[in-house]
Amino acid sequence: MRYAETGYNLEIDLTRGNIERVETDPKETELYLGGLGTNAKILWDRVPPEIEPFSPDNLLIFGTGLLCGTQAVGCNRTIVSTISPQTQLMAFSMMGGFWAPELKYAGYDKVIVRGKSPKLVYLWINNDKIEIRDAAHLKGKGAVETQEIIRKELKEPKAQVSAIGLAGENRVFYASIEQGKSSASRGGIGAVMGDKGLKAIAVRGTKDLNVARPAEFLKLCNEVMEYIKFREANPIKGVIPILARLGSPQEMAIHDEQWHTENFMWGNSRTRRKDFWSEDIHKAWTETMEQVRTRLISCYNCPMKCGATITVPGLPTYMMKCFSKLTYPMAAFSDLDFGFKIAQRATEYGVDSYSTPQVMAFALELYEAGILTDKDFPGMPADTEGRFYWLLDRIVRREGIGDVLANGTHWAAQEIGKGADAYAHNNIKKHEQLPLKLSMLNPIYFLMYCTGEKINITQIEGQFPQAPFNTREEREEFVDGWFQVPDEKFKQYFLDWEPRGDNSNPYYPNIEATCEIVDWQEMMHYIDDALGTCTGLSSFHLKPPYHIHNFPKFVSSGAGIEMDEAVLTKAARRNRNLIRAVNIRRGMRRADEKPPEDHWKKRFPELETELLDAYYKYKGWDNQGIPTRESLSGLDLAYVADDLEQRGIIKK
Amino acid sequence: MSKVKKKIKTIRIDVDKCNGCRSCEMICSSFHANPQYSSNNPARSRIRVIRDPHKDIYVPVYAGEYTESECSGRDKYTINGKEYDECAFCRASCPSRSEFKEPDSGLPLKCDMCESDPTLEKPLCVQWCLADALIYEEREEEVEEDVKQEEIEVGLESMVDKYGLQKILDTVARMKKKD
Ligand code: SF4
Ligand code: SF4
Ligand code: SF4
Repeated sequence: MRYAETGYNLEIDLTRGNIERVETDPKETELYLGGLGTNAKILWDRVPPEIEPFSPDNLLIFGTGLLCGTQAVGCNRTIVSTISPQTQLMAFSMMGGFWAPELKYAGYDKVIVRGKSPKLVYLWINNDKIEIRDAAHLKGKGAVETQEIIRKELKEPKAQVSAIGLAGENRVFYASIEQGKSSASRGGIGAVMGDKGLKAIAVRGTKDLNVARPAEFLKLCNEVMEYIKFREANPIKGVIPILARLGSPQEMAIHDEQWHTENFMWGNSRTRRKDFWSEDIHKAWTETMEQVRTRLISCYNCPMKCGATITVPGLPTYMMKCFSKLTYPMAAFSDLDFGFKIAQRATEYGVDSYSTPQVMAFALELYEAGILTDKDFPGMPADTEGRFYWLLDRIVRREGIGDVLANGTHWAAQEIGKGADAYAHNNIKKHEQLPLKLSMLNPIYFLMYCTGEKINITQIEGQFPQAPFNTREEREEFVDGWFQVPDEKFKQYFLDWEPRGDNSNPYYPNIEATCEIVDWQEMMHYIDDALGTCTGLSSFHLKPPYHIHNFPKFVSSGAGIEMDEAVLTKAARRNRNLIRAVNIRRGMRRADEKPPEDHWKKRFPELETELLDAYYKYKGWDNQGIPTRESLSGLDLAYVADDLEQRGIIKK
Repeated sequence: MSKVKKKIKTIRIDVDKCNGCRSCEMICSSFHANPQYSSNNPARSRIRVIRDPHKDIYVPVYAGEYTESECSGRDKYTINGKEYDECAFCRASCPSRSEFKEPDSGLPLKCDMCESDPTLEKPLCVQWCLADALIYEEREEEVEEDVKQEEIEVGLESMVDKYGLQKILDTVARMKKKD
């Protein structure tokens, strides 16, 4: 019997309308765990670098994490992997919600989609019964609306539906896949889904999911629950509210947005408004929030309530989570009320709420600079808010300038020319980032921004504080009870880290310590993404309930795979290197590994070179960031080395 | 019948506090798995969260008695402007819907308050609901003694309804022979 996983994938060929249920090899689970890891293995094996994102041979994989659907709290991630049209590299956006557990209960670990359907269809997975159904009537329908229509027409209110909106259908490079309050937004995976002619996947499952050693597994789950309660009762001191409490940033619960609005950038990630927040704004925004927010809601089997149902009077209900609340208001120099209104339309269209507002602000900056002119914006309203709606409508339909902007700031700038690329200034590897501009280089973040395969600077950190605490006493208090560290030395690194003086950024933590800290934070994300644990209970947080010491026990008692910290660490490394290899094979090199030029005011080119050199070495990569044969072989990835060698990417 | 003291166990449900996580469903099904906790499957749970997020409807409902036939008239409630589906608050395992039935056999499910030896301090669904939407309460009451139908009887009764008494008897006879 298979435990925690079902042992079956669904292979869907949309070109031929073929559906196959394929048994998977348990050996692969041992090596790559599941979720992101096994997704990457499939992409490596089946999508060679010649395959373009919009080729029928590109795969779109909906993978569940190994622990999804088990009793483990907050294990509900769907990891969607494909080749991104925007970065041309591997995209692996994830979503919470209810879809992944439902797929497990239906009896599958993954849905692997290939080919292209000649007409728009959706997939209906109802336990053993699987159908490709016509979706002509859903063409142009909103991503939220579509979920409701499908549940109704199937007469299955319990079906979980992942759907794209108009943006996905029109292959907007930052189109999302929406599902309840959750969405897989980064990297334009919605565009690949649209390109395949797949409007939605609906799932209903009513089968059992087994775990290997029930009593042991349940005990671990209970410990996690207890620790969640403890953390809720004892928020971490000395950090901003969204980092003090577990969960995805509790943006739907909090009203005080001084920190975000005064520290993050407005417009096209340029303007800092240091004295923005005031009593009046606080009052007005609180009122707005309370008027539209009906309820705080959770993902499957998690108590954290990170999302909310939003009903703006006169508009259809939708759901929201996290920072989407502020991205539109800040890009448009507007307010929260505007944010909730435009986000409703944007969610129906199915677009990423990080990239989209930035692309629109970028367009308006180009207009102000005279690089784009009136003839690019025929009939555009005069006010910024009106302009945002106008642009959004055109982007998702790829009309006029919208067609150019639909490819994101990087590609749009290339097409527009005339110096437009100076305005696409907030990208890493062609992908728009959070509007964050800081002063002093932070060596830890420098490495994460450069080398993170997720290409998303908010989603790679967590276990180590973002900044030093002011006093030794505060640091000592923090270190007390910090049992999540893989090694005691991390406590010392933090204790000695000071806001000013010798032991401060950028030269402290020193290069070696920086490498270790980055490696630890990254490793925890790779474990989450393979197991399907929400980072909100794990790698995104200081002192989380899931950590390197209990994860191996979850895997062994849950999936029945013998595991200790060393084996799990190695599996995370294996996945890390495999994904890097996918991207290296697609041409990614050292030159691509840099943060936005203006991310920090104070930069240190020499130190940065040393940091990157040291980190590559630490990871077993060569000077270009290419994994060496030796390190690949040590991770059972000799076949990867062979392939890279054949292609002349690593020397014989 | 004589009067006896009886411990009444109730679960107070606060629908406003429910966040729709379905942990209650998950853990109930897992607690009743055989061996205990060896699997989980919300479709076997004895509590169901009737949810319609877009209408902001979240109603945790506990499985009650099995009923042979559906109600002749059904009720629709509107509370605070929200219209609830027919049957939304009903606890019956009833032919008109799939709730509270084993997904494969169709056998009815009924909440047993996590009966177990030793008795749990609180039912599992309550323990796992950190939102406090489910609150466990106990009180003593004097009640008339009645003969409690055993779970097996409830199950059998529904099988008889479904297949007819003779078929069941035949099956039992055949199974006995196999042994
Ligand atoms: S912590 Fe928040 S985002 Fe994560 S699973 Fe729980 S409710 Fe979902
Ligand atoms: S566990 Fe509580 S909050 Fe979650 S669905 Fe059940 S009743 Fe609602
Ligand atoms: S009290 Fe026990 S049996 Fe009843 S619904 Fe809750 S967990 Fe299930």
